Amino acid sequence: MARTVGFFTDTTLCIGCKACEVACKEWNQLPGHAPQFGDGYDNTSQLDEQNWRHVQFHERTTAKGGVAWNMMSDVCKHCALASCMEVCPTNAIIRTEFDTVYIQPSVCNGCRDCIAACPYHVIGFDEASGLARKCTFCYDRLQANLTPACAKACPTESIKFGDLDTMREVAGARLNQLRGQGMSEARLYGDKEYGGLHALFLLTDKPEIYGLPPTESAVLPSRNNVRGYLGTLVTAALGVAGAVFAFRERGGKE
Amino acid sequence: MVEHFVTPPQWEWYIVWYFFLGGIAGGVYALGAILRLLGDDRDAPVARLAFLLSLPVLAVCLNFKYWSPMSVGVWVLLIFSVFAFVSFLEALASLRGSRAPFLAGGLGRVFVIVGAVFGLFLAGYTGILLSVSNQPIWSDTWALGALFLASGLSVAAATLSLVTRLGRHEQSAEAKLTRADRYFTILELVLLVVFFLSLGAVGSRFLAPRWMALWVVVLIGTLVPLALHFSTERRVPAMFAAVLTLVGGLALRIVVVFGAQM
Repeated sequence: MARTVGFFTDTTLCIGCKACEVACKEWNQLPGHAPQFGDGYDNTSQLDEQNWRHVQFHERTTAKGGVAWNMMSDVCKHCALASCMEVCPTNAIIRTEFDTVYIQPSVCNGCRDCIAACPYHVIGFDEASGLARKCTFCYDRLQANLTPACAKACPTESIKFGDLDTMREVAGARLNQLRGQGMSEARLYGDKEYGGLHALFLLTDKPEIYGLPPTESAVLPSRNNVRGYLGTLVTAALGVAGAVFAFRERGGKE
Repeated sequence: MVEHFVTPPQWEWYIVWYFFLGGIAGGVYALGAILRLLGDDRDAPVARLAFLLSLPVLAVCLNFKYWSPMSVGVWVLLIFSVFAFVSFLEALASLRGSRAPFLAGGLGRVFVIVGAVFGLFLAGYTGILLSVSNQPIWSDTWALGALFLASGLSVAAATLSLVTRLGRHEQSAEAKLTRADRYFTILELVLLVVFFLSLGAVGSRFLAPRWMALWVVVLIGTLVPLALHFSTERRVPAMFAAVLTLVGGLALRIVVVFGAQM
C-alpha cells in the first residue's frame, strides 16, 4: 500500500529513555557496538551501521543558572532530495513506495560514497557484510502496515509516525502551541532542507547543536559536479599545451 | 514433477532487458567470431558489423549515472584499461623489434589520442570524486580535480624521467620531460593557491602540526624540483628532483584524504 510516510520527533517530549534505540535493535537484529562511556548518559555516540536511532544528550545552562538537557532521538532523515542516492554508483539506494530511502543490500557494492555524501552522519559501513547500512524506516514493517519499531516503542510519543502531510500539520500545530506558551526558541527542522525531510524535528535550540546543518548548509554533493569537471578540463588543456610546447621546444642545453 | 513452495524473486523489466540485450551482445560477438574464422572475404563486412554492434549493446545493459563521479570513474577505469592493455601489448611487441600492426598509421594515432583523453580523465576525476560529497574540505572546493590532475602530470613526468635516467635512455627525451615537468609544477603551484583560496577559512583545519608537516613536504616536493630543473640538467640532481616530486605528490594525496577525515 503505497503512501508517503514521515516521522515527527518532538524533542520537548524526549526523556532520553532510549526505548527507540532498543526497539530498533530488537526488530532489525542489530547487535550494536560495545557502549562508549563519556561524561554523559550517551553511550551510543553516533548513528552508524549498528545504531539506526541515537538519543543525543546535550547539556546546557539555563537562564536561571541551572543545567538542562536537550535530548533528541536522531534518525535517518529520508530526504526528498537525498545526497546518498545522488552519488550511489550502482543505484543500490532507492526510493520506496513509501517515499523513504532504502539501501538494497543485494545491489550495494560497499564503495562508501554514500557515507561521504550523507550530510547527517547517518550511514555506516558494516565490516561483516561489506555493505553500507542505515535506517530502513522499518521497510518490512511498513509493507505489513505496521508502525516503525522506534515510534511504536516511544513511551512519551516524542517520536510520532504517520503520513508526511499529517506529520507536517502536527508539527506546525505543536510549534504554535509552544510559541504560544512563550517558548520562543522552539523551531521546526526539516520542512525546507533537502526538498523536505521525511523526519521532522521540533528543536529548542539551533540545529547545529544537534549536529544538523542549518538550512543554508544543507546542500547537495552534485553542486560541485560542473565546476569540478570544468576546472579539471581547463587544467587538462593547459597541461597538454605545456607538454606539447615542452616536447616541441628545441632543447637549449642538450 | 517438482513441487515448488518458493517466493518469486520479483525480477522485472530491468532483468528482462538485460536478458534480451545480453543475448544480442553475446550472440552477435560469437557469430562475428565464427564468420571471421570460418567465412570467406564476402563475410568480412558482416563479421565487422557484429563486433561493432556487440560493445554498444553491452554498454546499454550496464548502469551509468553521469552525475555520480564514482559511476563515471568506474566506467573510465574500465575503458582506459582496454587502451592501457592494448598499448602495453604493442610496447611489449616493439621491445622484440616488431611493430604491432594494429597501432600503426592513422588509426593508431587516433587510438593513443583517445586513450590519452581517458588517461587524463582518470588522473583528474579522483579529485572530483572527493568534491562531490558533503565532507569538510573536499566538498568546500571545486579545485581538487584540477589540482590532482596537475600533480598527476607532474608525478608522471617525474616517474618517466626517473625510469629513463635509471636506464640511461635517450638524452633528448629526458630534457623534454624535465621541461614539461616545469610547466606541470608551475600549474600545480598555481592550483595549490587556488585550492586554498577556494577553501577560505575552512583551510585552517590544515593548521594542525601533522598536516602542516605534510604541506611542507608538498612544498619541498614542488619548489625544490622546480629550482633544480631551472638550474641544472645533470643526472643525479635530476633524479633527486624526480624523487622529491614523487614524495610531494604522495604527501598531497595523504594530506587531502586524511586531513579532511580526521
